[in-house]
Amino acid sequence: MAKLKDIAKACKSKNAGPFELTLDIMFDNEALFQRVLQSGVITPKLIADLYDIDVGDVLLTEYAPALAFKATIPRRIPSGALGDTDIYGAQQHAPLLDIDIPIE
Amino acid sequence: MGSDNQIRMVSVSGILGYGFPEQSLAAAMKLRPHMIGVDGGSSDPGPYYLGSGKTLNSELAMKRDLRLLLRAAISNQIPMMIGTAGGAGGEPHLQTCARLIREIAQEEDMHFKMALIHAEQDPAVLQAALLDNRIRPLGRAKPLTDKVIANATRIVGMMGPEPHMKALVGGAQVILAGRGTDPAPWVALAMHHGIDPAVAWYAGKLLECACNAAIPKKHDCLIATLTNEWVEVEPVNPELSCTPLSVSVQALHENASPIIRYEPGGILDSSSCTMEAVSERRVRVSGMKWIPQSYTIKLEGVEAIGYSAITFAGTRDPGLISQLDSFIKNVEAASHVKIAALGIARDDYQIVFRLYGSNGVMGKMEPKRDALSHEIGILAEVVAKTQEIANAALSLTRVTLLHSDFPGRLCREGNMAFPFSPSDIERGVTYQFCLNHVIEIADPLALFPIEYEEV
Repeated sequence: MAKLKDIAKACKSKNAGPFELTLDIMFDNEALFQRVLQSGVITPKLIADLYDIDVGDVLLTEYAPALAFKATIPRRIPSGALGDTDIYGAQQHAPLLDIDIPIE
Repeated sequence: MGSDNQIRMVSVSGILGYGFPEQSLAAAMKLRPHMIGVDGGSSDPGPYYLGSGKTLNSELAMKRDLRLLLRAAISNQIPMMIGTAGGAGGEPHLQTCARLIREIAQEEDMHFKMALIHAEQDPAVLQAALLDNRIRPLGRAKPLTDKVIANATRIVGMMGPEPHMKALVGGAQVILAGRGTDPAPWVALAMHHGIDPAVAWYAGKLLECACNAAIPKKHDCLIATLTNEWVEVEPVNPELSCTPLSVSVQALHENASPIIRYEPGGILDSSSCTMEAVSERRVRVSGMKWIPQSYTIKLEGVEAIGYSAITFAGTRDPGLISQLDSFIKNVEAASHVKIAALGIARDDYQIVFRLYGSNGVMGKMEPKRDALSHEIGILAEVVAKTQEIANAALSLTRVTLLHSDFPGRLCREGNMAFPFSPSDIERGVTYQFCLNHVIEIADPLALFPIEYEEV
């Protein structure tokens, strides 16, 4: 087992417009990316569980040219609206860090 | 147009006013670009800027960047193009940047034809389009109503490249545009010179954040070379490099999907792109596709939601922290009672607590609900119908935070450490984004009037 935070090159969040957040998990090694991809662990269901949202609200793209997974999810509160905690959406990535990937 | 048609375009920085090394622009000009440009903004810093009309970056910082851009463009007789002026691209933002350009021209004795492209939308035009069924919601947005349009403080349309192209044909050397899709200035210049739309759009997407497509990331100049088959990108500063990975990373940036990008008039499909390193610092991308669609313009709008006042305090009391949620709930309830005693209606204000050390960053999405720090920062906010109500309600909320009893309380002189006197801060009008819609238009120029002036 390996934690995502120990094997990923980047693990980040950002606004994709004021109403959505986008989460990027990136690797710097093609073989490693392929092993994570083939582990089948990173799924819309996992992202939905981590962020407590409906699986139908997760747009997950596996993007081989950047050795990356990209998940886009709705914001509970649009950027800057009453009660928002993160205008840029830049600190919503932490739940991804402890994802267990079954590789050595 | 022959296949040897090559167009070179420079983007100096991620946003006008972020700065860039002067020597990078000088080096870029030696590569004889056909234009230099910079994106002016984004919705990223939140709704305040579009609402208030204030610029994201300071006038000093924008003027410094503009001066260097203008000197380079005018002395080399190439266009200088800026999209989403002043951060939010509304009328006040456009006019602030136009004023800075005029000031610089006067100070430096420069003369040129300038085009101002307006992006702020007339509510009456939008209401007519709504009646005509030409406005539709995106994502989870609800269908638009007259009321939302009427309540909006300011609405802008995100222009495509066409208004910029029109201004180029009109002979403008300096093009300053309101809100647009970020790639618009570069797409326009490339298509003006006959470059294939797919390559033009892909290049525009890489250029809009300048050296975000390079490593190490810096606010610095990026140059793109385009033909009808491919685009090559390279940072001007020799300390930076573009690699296939760094370029792919920019493709992920701030988009919902790295493969499909919706733009006015079509979709940029990069699912079959290939990236190759041409050198250690230069990457060639080919295989992108442009799929034309019916022409739509995305609308961005904000509405005022009230006046805000905030206070910040910390607690270091383990007894309080162990019952934080119930303490806050009790403070809120007690505050409402005291606020009602002032004759303030419950509908006229809202109290929001952000609890740092608990879930201050992720709010309801925080999965670690039981983890608490040894100290907790409490940001209390009131948003109200007037600033007077916000101030009064916040003041009572602050006192209640400080002096409320809780079971087992030992810190009987006060529950909170306040770092400032005065502790309360007026934030003025606060806004929220109220539109996530597109409008169908037959003519890409229709919503974006162009004004020319001899500077």
